Amino acid sequence: MSFKEKLKSGKFIITSEVGPPKGTDIHVLLEDAELLRGRVDAINVTDLQSSVMRVGSLVVCHLLKQKGHEPIFQVTCRDRNRLALQSDLLSAYVLGIENVLALTGDHPVLGDHPQAKPVFDLDSVSLIQAIRKLEAGYDLADKELQGKPKFCVGAVVNPGAEPLEPQLIKFEQKIRAGAEFIQTQAVYETDKFVNFIEQVKQFKVPIFAGIVLLKSAGMARFMNKNVAGVYVPDNLIKEMEQTKDKSAQSIEIAARLIKELKPLCQGIHIMPIGWDKKVPLVLDAAGL
Amino acid sequence: MLVSELKSMDEIKEILKQEQKIFFLACLGCSDACKSSSKEELDNLEEALKSDGKTITGRVDVDFLCNKVLVKIKFLRNKDKWEGADSILVFSCGVGVQAVSKIIRKTVYPAANTKNLGGFQGVWPGEERCAQCGNCVLDLTAGICPYTSCAKSMLNGPCGGSNEGECEVEKGRDCGWYLIYERLKAINKLADFKKIRPLRDHSRMLPKKETRGLDFYAIDR
Repeated sequence: MSFKEKLKSGKFIITSEVGPPKGTDIHVLLEDAELLRGRVDAINVTDLQSSVMRVGSLVVCHLLKQKGHEPIFQVTCRDRNRLALQSDLLSAYVLGIENVLALTGDHPVLGDHPQAKPVFDLDSVSLIQAIRKLEAGYDLADKELQGKPKFCVGAVVNPGAEPLEPQLIKFEQKIRAGAEFIQTQAVYETDKFVNFIEQVKQFKVPIFAGIVLLKSAGMARFMNKNVAGVYVPDNLIKEMEQTKDKSAQSIEIAARLIKELKPLCQGIHIMPIGWDKKVPLVLDAAGL
Repeated sequence: MLVSELKSMDEIKEILKQEQKIFFLACLGCSDACKSSSKEELDNLEEALKSDGKTITGRVDVDFLCNKVLVKIKFLRNKDKWEGADSILVFSCGVGVQAVSKIIRKTVYPAANTKNLGGFQGVWPGEERCAQCGNCVLDLTAGICPYTSCAKSMLNGPCGGSNEGECEVEKGRDCGWYLIYERLKAINKLADFKKIRPLRDHSRMLPKKETRGLDFYAIDR
């Protein structure tokens, strides 16, 4: 069953992600992906995550596809103008990649090449529109295509954003533009997530709650200070501080969050941020 | 000098579709020199809008809309003339439109597209900058330019990096889309926020041959 069909079937969806390395050695990434085989419905491949120069998402998606995984091609608008974005989308389809996650992307000044020219010719909303247009057989300049792609298109939202309203309006624009599923930023506060779900359930789009593995109390504090709309509550920070086994505690917290969030949404998206090998353990602990 | 070009009649009519009473504010600086705020153009437009059933409540000219003192003297002091209008149509470059939107709590619309910088810039560019992009969308963004106020120049914002009104790029930098959101809310135009804005045409930023041939453009000729 394709990812799109699974989405339609109403099955509870599990996705995770792999981040391409800086450099040409990708055997660790392929090993990590192997551990996810049979455990997840699709694997996101990040696109120069954190605005850091790395191996590209498209090539890694292709390798995953060759090995029988179901990749989700993450595409940001940071580094490519509308020609390059459309071209990469056509290329992806030619390679058999059927799922795309459309994002605006972090600004380059946050990454390791802060001198780079920020592109942002399109944004997440217009990128989704561009994908839908390619599917209709035309490019953004209204030129007809010889053969058209077909994608399952996702987008992201940050349920913890302050203020939430402008992000909700943007969310609505993404749905109107044609997003078929939504993966969220990391969620640590179930009550805030309940409020978010309450406000978006009218759109009837599957939402996968984001789970980021906490590696330490320090990481939690760092995110609270620096990551927009992510707040790790004190009790979780305390648990990470007091534990003797950070890894076991992190897995326990992630599994607990998944159990709390599962009845509220249609899937979960696990972002291991380097702790890729722990994803199967999290799924075990969560009973998935 | 900022080179501006009056938007097409169709575009202006579309922008003013929901408006009934409109006030004209014209800049006699650069835009007058580019004929995008000339009396003739204003007369034509007034005629066309009236025949569509709109009311033009009045007109004020200001020598330079980029000059705060002049705006305060000539525009704010004529409050009786524009107070009753639903919105202000501003005949100027993007700096002038943003200058006006900053000082009054009314919907402000751009009548022109600002094309490119042709010599010297207006004198109020510090806070309200204009990218001279030729795709003016200030009508949809409450008179705050998303190209210059958003670090990513996004047309559909904010991005996920917006945090309590602050931009992800730098502490203390305002998120332009948060400012647009707040202002649209204040003037009851949040519906504009929901619109998906069309793609920008970057080719409009390229100066035309006739502009490049002008003395003020090529100072070394």
